[in-house]
Amino acid sequence: MSTSSQPLSRRAFGRLAAGVVGAAGLGALSACSTGGGKPSAGTPLRIMAINHVWSQAIQRRTKEFEERIGRRVSMTLLTADQLASSYNVKLNASGTDVDVMMVRALQEQLLFGHNGWLADLSDRVADSEFDWPDFQKAPREASLTAGKVLSVPVVTERPALYYRKDLVEDLGGPPRTLDALMDAARELTQKKKGFYGYVGRGQRSGAVSQWSSFLYSHGGDFVVDGKSGIGSPEALAAYEYYGALLAKAGPPGATNMSLEQAMPIFAQGKAAFYIDADAIYSSFLDPKVSRVRESIGFAPFPAGPAGARPHNIPSWSLGINEFSLLRDDAWEFIRWAAGPEMSAALQSDGIPGARSSVWSDPKTLASFPPDLAEAMRLNAERGLGYDRPRVLQVGRARDIVGRPLVAGILGQSVPPVARDADAEFAEFLVRDNRHKES
Amino acid sequence: MSTTEVSTAPTGTRPSDPKAPRERRPRTFEQANRRLKWAMLTPALLFVGLMIVFPLAFTLDLSLTDAFGAVNADKAHIGLRNFTEALGDTRRFWPAARRTLIFTVGAVLLETVLGLALAMLMRKSFRGMRWVRTVLIIPLLTTPVAIGILWLLILDPTNGIANHLLAAVGLPRQEFLGSVSQSLPTLMLIDVWQWTPMMTLLLLAGLTTLPEEPEEAALVDGANSWQRFRHIILPMLGPTLAAALVLRAVDALKTFDILYATKGPGGGSDFEVETLNVYAYGLTFDYQEYGLAAAVLVLFTLFIIGVVVLLRRRGGRKNA
Repeated sequence: MSTSSQPLSRRAFGRLAAGVVGAAGLGALSACSTGGGKPSAGTPLRIMAINHVWSQAIQRRTKEFEERIGRRVSMTLLTADQLASSYNVKLNASGTDVDVMMVRALQEQLLFGHNGWLADLSDRVADSEFDWPDFQKAPREASLTAGKVLSVPVVTERPALYYRKDLVEDLGGPPRTLDALMDAARELTQKKKGFYGYVGRGQRSGAVSQWSSFLYSHGGDFVVDGKSGIGSPEALAAYEYYGALLAKAGPPGATNMSLEQAMPIFAQGKAAFYIDADAIYSSFLDPKVSRVRESIGFAPFPAGPAGARPHNIPSWSLGINEFSLLRDDAWEFIRWAAGPEMSAALQSDGIPGARSSVWSDPKTLASFPPDLAEAMRLNAERGLGYDRPRVLQVGRARDIVGRPLVAGILGQSVPPVARDADAEFAEFLVRDNRHKES
Repeated sequence: MSTTEVSTAPTGTRPSDPKAPRERRPRTFEQANRRLKWAMLTPALLFVGLMIVFPLAFTLDLSLTDAFGAVNADKAHIGLRNFTEALGDTRRFWPAARRTLIFTVGAVLLETVLGLALAMLMRKSFRGMRWVRTVLIIPLLTTPVAIGILWLLILDPTNGIANHLLAAVGLPRQEFLGSVSQSLPTLMLIDVWQWTPMMTLLLLAGLTTLPEEPEEAALVDGANSWQRFRHIILPMLGPTLAAALVLRAVDALKTFDILYATKGPGGGSDFEVETLNVYAYGLTFDYQEYGLAAAVLVLFTLFIIGVVVLLRRRGGRKNA
């Protein structure tokens, strides 16, 4: 190409540059923008959910819903961490590319509500056909933020004591108290043979939710009268108990264990007791992954010095993205997925729901092993509606609360770490309250 | 080329005469070339502006605010408070900075020594060399998260194959990634496993370009293998070694995926592998403290620039 034959004047160059800048700007804007205006009939209803048995069951039934609303449904299943990060990225950009959001009411709702990311569902749940009062009290209360309903619970969870029937026969059955659990777990531990009396979550943050039942059963709480409760004698006793249980009767590497690491150890028959969410029981009945299918038993959470006080929480709920352009369809989805019929159908498939009517229906309970159904019923009756501090920054709070737990599991002296964590948590609560007011 | 040679300006008119018809400005090949050059550069400059300068400026601005919860929420400029908070944080920031340095220095040193040794072995062609080279690059082609999960399974303290092998030869079982004290060294070794091949390939490329005469002359003078390596090959390989070190060190400083895949948020229960990168990610995605996270990232960027400048200066001095 001959440059001299096509010279560019300054003006032409200016026009060219402006054109390129404009095109790039438009390109960038259209790339950044996640859509606007009215969605077309071909726009799918986008649902982001946790990869959980509930979501998988719903995904199998979406065709029925698509036919009902005449719109395609696109459902993305992710891990909890991926889901939280995706929401952060999308909603920080006021993204409209997610309509229905599966959220953890106790983990994200307060913050998302503070950010204005969740639509107010108060008027929608008032629909008499939806029967909002039918939802259990604790999960229903967890759906409220600043007096507004921001989510609808779909999966509930309580801690179950999973145990090996063949090992507790001589002990007179599963332990009914935490002291009995400690004794039995230590007695059954044979570390040299790779067998452990107890397995459970030990990760700093991941263990906090399961530890909450130990804390409540020792008479403690995360926050007492608006102030840090993790330095109380009750909390200290709960920290020391849980640390000792995993240090003396637990497997190696317990501080790196969350659900994904702890569950296989019990499923492989390498532990006598395991306390974790009752919603995961089906994994132990699956012959592909479980060696304890024939020998597993289920019991309610054992009593501590303050009685048996487990948590009973809405582990997963559905909300609507405030920036969604398909809010009516999104609500239709929630009405369908969390409605009385679907809740009953899913609970009949062994997925514990949040509606009182399905819990009082013997047909839906028939899907659970009888001892598990009884444990669930008792735990739900005794349970508190939260398993972590109810603050804006739940992640930071769990990191602070979990530090003494780790110290206990590592065999370190718990009181100095608990004192330090208590001071940090007190300071954190002041900051968190300031954020809430801003 | 002289501009006068190709001038196309019409003669016989006075450019200063306002009544004279407006004449076209003289255009030369060089002028046109210069404008076209800018036209060609514009997309690249726009790309740099949008993708590098804008995010950096945005991060810098964010680091001076109290942004929390949502990036687009109301926020106030609070000066350097985030920087003073980060620099005064002895619980998370400084230990994370220390771990970043330990991880980088430890892993990169081992990778350099092993990479150089392998490159020296592979310098002369041998039977099966192609096969060895192919096998060598497999870890490089595997995604870090997959590597993390793979090693997590191998090193699982209870069910992993590593402990079964140790037990089979009578050695005590180890906790590896389940242990607070063993996690960082274990992850450094995984990094060495993954990235030594890259050092080998870079250094091998450098070795093949070295002239053979100096080494042959040293051989004639009676120098042994070590002397030839120490006094002939190593000094000549200096520039390649320095470039490989800078490349690898910058990459190692930024390591995130393998740490997160194996130890989760916060770098483990006792923050045992929390580096500055992992800490900044946690501040952003777990704590939603965007202002503080941006300040940590600015400090981290300065830290990386400092390391690069230091390595380049040392490399330059050695090569001078």
